Amino acid sequence: MAIENIKTTNGWADQDHVPGIKSELLELNMGPQHPATHGVLRLVLHTDGEIVYKVTPVMGYLHRCAEKIAEGVNYKQWVVYTDRFDYLSPMTCNHAYVTALEKVMQQEVPERAEHIRIVVSELSRMASHLIALATFGLDMGAWTPLLYCFREREVILDLLERISGGRMLYNYMVPGGVRYDIPKDNWASDVIEFITMIENKKLDDYNNLLSYNKIFIGRLANVAVIDEKTAYDYGCTGPVLRGAGVNFDCRKDDPYSLYHKFDFDIPVGKGEMGTVGDCWDRYIVRVREIEQSCRIIRQALESLPEGPYSAIELKKIVKAPAGAAYSRVESSKGELGHYIISDGGQTAFRNKVRSPSFCNLQVIEKVGVGQMVSDLVALIGSLDIVLGEIDR
Amino acid sequence: MQVLTDLIRSIPGLGDMSELAMHITISAIMATLMFIVMALCALIFTWMERKVAGFLQSRYGPMRTGRWHGWAQAVADMLKILGKEDIIPRDADRAMFVFAPILVLLGSLLAWAAIPWAPGFVAADLDLGLFYIFAVSSLAIIGILMAGWGSNNKWALYGAARGAAQMVSYEIPLALATIPVVMYTGSLNTQDIVIAQQGGMLNWFVLRDPFLFVAFWMYFIAGIAETNRGPFDMPETESELVAGYHTEYTGMRFAFFFLAEYANLFLIALIAVMVFLGGWWAPIPFMDFLPPALTFIIKGVLMVFLNMWIRWTLPRVRVDQLMHLCWKVMIPVTLICVVGSGIWMMVSGQAG
Repeated sequence: MAIENIKTTNGWADQDHVPGIKSELLELNMGPQHPATHGVLRLVLHTDGEIVYKVTPVMGYLHRCAEKIAEGVNYKQWVVYTDRFDYLSPMTCNHAYVTALEKVMQQEVPERAEHIRIVVSELSRMASHLIALATFGLDMGAWTPLLYCFREREVILDLLERISGGRMLYNYMVPGGVRYDIPKDNWASDVIEFITMIENKKLDDYNNLLSYNKIFIGRLANVAVIDEKTAYDYGCTGPVLRGAGVNFDCRKDDPYSLYHKFDFDIPVGKGEMGTVGDCWDRYIVRVREIEQSCRIIRQALESLPEGPYSAIELKKIVKAPAGAAYSRVESSKGELGHYIISDGGQTAFRNKVRSPSFCNLQVIEKVGVGQMVSDLVALIGSLDIVLGEIDR
Repeated sequence: MQVLTDLIRSIPGLGDMSELAMHITISAIMATLMFIVMALCALIFTWMERKVAGFLQSRYGPMRTGRWHGWAQAVADMLKILGKEDIIPRDADRAMFVFAPILVLLGSLLAWAAIPWAPGFVAADLDLGLFYIFAVSSLAIIGILMAGWGSNNKWALYGAARGAAQMVSYEIPLALATIPVVMYTGSLNTQDIVIAQQGGMLNWFVLRDPFLFVAFWMYFIAGIAETNRGPFDMPETESELVAGYHTEYTGMRFAFFFLAEYANLFLIALIAVMVFLGGWWAPIPFMDFLPPALTFIIKGVLMVFLNMWIRWTLPRVRVDQLMHLCWKVMIPVTLICVVGSGIWMMVSGQAG
């Protein structure tokens, strides 16, 4: 629902709807404690009744100076801080950092380690997308899919616990490989069993319960459309960009690790229920990515080579030669990049993180204008932001 | 009421009570009884809601408090909420803030008076029964508006504005859907409406003619909206408006809203049973050995279950879609039902 005739916020507020009675916009604080802002995000809304005329995101409530800390702790110690960026898919965050670090160090990684990394990253992506579906459903008022998605996520957490020892924050990848090998007790076959269940049954369940529900489509189709140009302008990546119909995925377009070896598709929004780039497109891209993740995991596990799982001895403190490198991976939220400058010591001289949620969130300022308050909630949900990554 | 009158007269010393005194005594007894039933049903339905939600979400729901399936959970919750601090925000409009929950509760409590539980057993046997129920239950709208405005909270104001718009709109299809039944019965008296449905399922108004069948579902949908429950829980919408009009309420005042919600839920279900589903009559005549009040309550609980089932399955509609549904779909359809039922009555010779 776009409002065409609104140029500026003040222009609207100064109009007298009823002669003699001056109207003004209602300033509304959405957050930092609000159920729909997915964390400590604060949005300052200017509304006229249900319609929003201005949205200003206010961030920084969760800032932990992680980038500054990177200058004080050595390379390996900083892996734990990447866990806390996108705490819903920490494995991809680990992956982003170690990939950049290995580029600076010019360190080769054993093939087995790369396979394990891809498997755990994709599991993490699935867990993150499951949460995205669950909380998006909750934003739309559907409680039950939340519990269903969490039930499946629980299995992923159990699997990742068995391989890394942690359920939420793994600290699993290290420069040169991974911390532990795949457990001997049928871990790989359990993963295969799980993804088979997801592919055969669970995705259909979600689609029947949520994706193709009439009310759900009615809430999302043609709502908060992010077109291709807007997505480019604001630097959106991940499902937000692909929802806008752009076929861009770092795993295909800038292959890292061993993704070029595997066969998978990039789902993009096609505007099946309305316009290309509406909330429903962004939502369905995530559902279809879960399916593709399953395909990648299956291939990676079936072609798992024997060999060492880490090139560097675990206890060794790593050093990087002087230099700089930027490396990006496709995290569950989009393009997660690390730019590491090394002065030849044990700690980074500077570590800059390009986090996808931060860039994706900015689009709200443009797209949120003219939406209803309920649609704004749908927009936030469909962006799937994680505040730990926005504020770092 | 004759039973109750005889009972009181049989007590030594009360046999020669005047008519007025008798009337007041019986009213007091019935009012107390209604309040107890209402509070009890709120308790039972909170527990039931959590069990139903658990059942639909592949989990258990409350299992610990009490022995059997956490039956005492609702009691424990009520005791806890009684002990909570009663906070009135500094900038709130005190009088409105305090009076609002009472008005909301009053609206649903008053309507309970005209519910016919069993033959002759109704707190207020009014000739305008059905009309009275719809009239007093709109009191709650004023209460919700007062709560939203009095809280001095923007989210609460949003919730109140949405709630008032929604409830005012949905009263129209709700009342219109019952008009065909009133036409069949020729009376607004709640007992007469039930008595007209005697003799098994086929005599229930829901199955009398196709227009009434549609009217029943229109009533059911409007009833969900009228009780502010999902997928039409606009005034609360926890993911949009925090908690809507009762954002600022705590303790017992919040419990009043809570009580009113479940009382309304059961009330709307009972009206559906009374008007469309044969009231206290059993579906098949030989099941008449069940006490009428029990049959009536079982049917009501089944309707409540249906309501909960829908609430925990469907996503929520948007506020403008909600109004669209009411004004552009449901009101025309219910109007057609009124006319169609009238024609059906004439053609089938049931005009009374």
